[in-house]
Amino acid sequence: MPSLKERFNLEQMKRNIVDSQVWRSMFRHGYEDTPRNRVLMVVDNLWLHLHPTKIRRHAIRVRFTWCMGGITFLLFLYLTVTGVVLMFYYRPVGEYAYADMKYLEFDAPFGMFMRNMHRWAAHAMVISVWLHMLRVFMTGSYKPPREFNWVIGVTLLTLTLLLSFTGYLLPWDQLSIWAVTVGTNMARATPLLGHEGPFAEMVGVTPRFDARSALLGGTIVGPPTLLRFYVLHCIVIPLIASILMMVHFWRIRKDGGISGPL
Amino acid sequence: MAKEDKIVGTSEDLPRTSWERVNDKVHVWPYLTRLEFMCAIILTIMLTAWSILVDAPLEEPANPSATPNPSKAPWYFLGLQEMLVYFDPWMAGVVLPTLIIVGLMAIPFIDVNPKGNGYYTFGERRFAILTFLFGFLVLWVWLVIQGTFLRGPGWNFFMPWEEWDPHKVVALTNVDLPYLLGFRGYWTEAAVGAVCLLAWYATIPAWYIWRRKSLVNVGVVRYAIKSFLFVTMMGLVAKMALRIFLNVKYVLVTPWLNI
Repeated sequence: MPSLKERFNLEQMKRNIVDSQVWRSMFRHGYEDTPRNRVLMVVDNLWLHLHPTKIRRHAIRVRFTWCMGGITFLLFLYLTVTGVVLMFYYRPVGEYAYADMKYLEFDAPFGMFMRNMHRWAAHAMVISVWLHMLRVFMTGSYKPPREFNWVIGVTLLTLTLLLSFTGYLLPWDQLSIWAVTVGTNMARATPLLGHEGPFAEMVGVTPRFDARSALLGGTIVGPPTLLRFYVLHCIVIPLIASILMMVHFWRIRKDGGISGPL
Repeated sequence: MAKEDKIVGTSEDLPRTSWERVNDKVHVWPYLTRLEFMCAIILTIMLTAWSILVDAPLEEPANPSATPNPSKAPWYFLGLQEMLVYFDPWMAGVVLPTLIIVGLMAIPFIDVNPKGNGYYTFGERRFAILTFLFGFLVLWVWLVIQGTFLRGPGWNFFMPWEEWDPHKVVALTNVDLPYLLGFRGYWTEAAVGAVCLLAWYATIPAWYIWRRKSLVNVGVVRYAIKSFLFVTMMGLVAKMALRIFLNVKYVLVTPWLNI
């Protein structure tokens, strides 16, 4: 008859779980602190294998990297998660959009919290992208062989601004409609393609058919604009940005890892 | 056991100066992953606290017939909205943003200085850093701050202690530069304006002829793009100064476009 202590041997129970076929099918190895295991922790993990297994010492110094690229990516993930939650409650229709904002604020569980997080993370992301670009410039990291990754980075910066701008319209309140009106009024002055731009009469564009109306789906910021910006904000731009982010991260590795003194 | 294979908890184990030991590497797990983890936790806490404490703004429902004064673009575009004071919309809203994006993308290809790759330095690339910081801090960050806090109704300038008075009277005494210089007549002024503009950009070939020897490894095409972007950026500053100090509206007035 085994004693109570033998029966509830925690060590033995842990071993039984960890050695079970189910556990081992999910987790290939434990946390032993051996050089081999440290490498396996990175290469065996889909998310961590973005990283190399070893990295130059200066590359983990916050004073060198400012952590801003990583923070930007993390904020993008936050925005994706909170954005999907908001999509459950929000309808991009002129009649409903503002009412749904009120519903989010007063009725939906954690609705206001999700909206706050989405908005503040979006502002923070604009700032962190700027700071990331500033850091990359100040360390001269755009220099060969990383020229093209800088170009992708500038595109991602532009896409971040466009994401933020298209999202700005969605609350469908006075702040959003007029900010977007001011922003998109520029498009009517596009040379050749805007009806108030230079040389417009030579091309023959009109207020109804020019660069601005293509963007707005009409001559003013109205319900068709709301739908257009919603689709751009939730599908088109995130998709393009995600693809470019993959290229951006991949190229960091292919260009020899994070920049450093040669 | 090698030093770095021990479980070490502090950054004291890492050397203080980075550039000497170039091939000195550390494991990503745990040295980088723990840093990323801490960073993610701190950011999450900050964002969560901020989202609990501060509510996102929501104003009255959208109303196309009630224009607020001032109407402002989202804060990160206020630098461009500020440009509307100095340039027509086709320039401020279309040409300048395009030049900014293209100009930023062109940086790696027009900066031929091989030094300062992967470390902080000012002495080895003064011109590049001063130009970029000027554009970043003054033309971008400062104009955003000014547009957010100092531009009130009618896009008029208000100091922080001034009330935003929608009836503030601002004399519109703007004149065009050729008129200010004493030239009269539509086509005369257009010609003088064109000469002013050409003179501004004539600094590009002039500088090339003067400093040809030092520009050998830059190349003509690269020099042309680089100096065009730089002179245009400085032109923007010059136009702002003309507008602010001399009330100049346009330099060049033609039937097709005004600059």
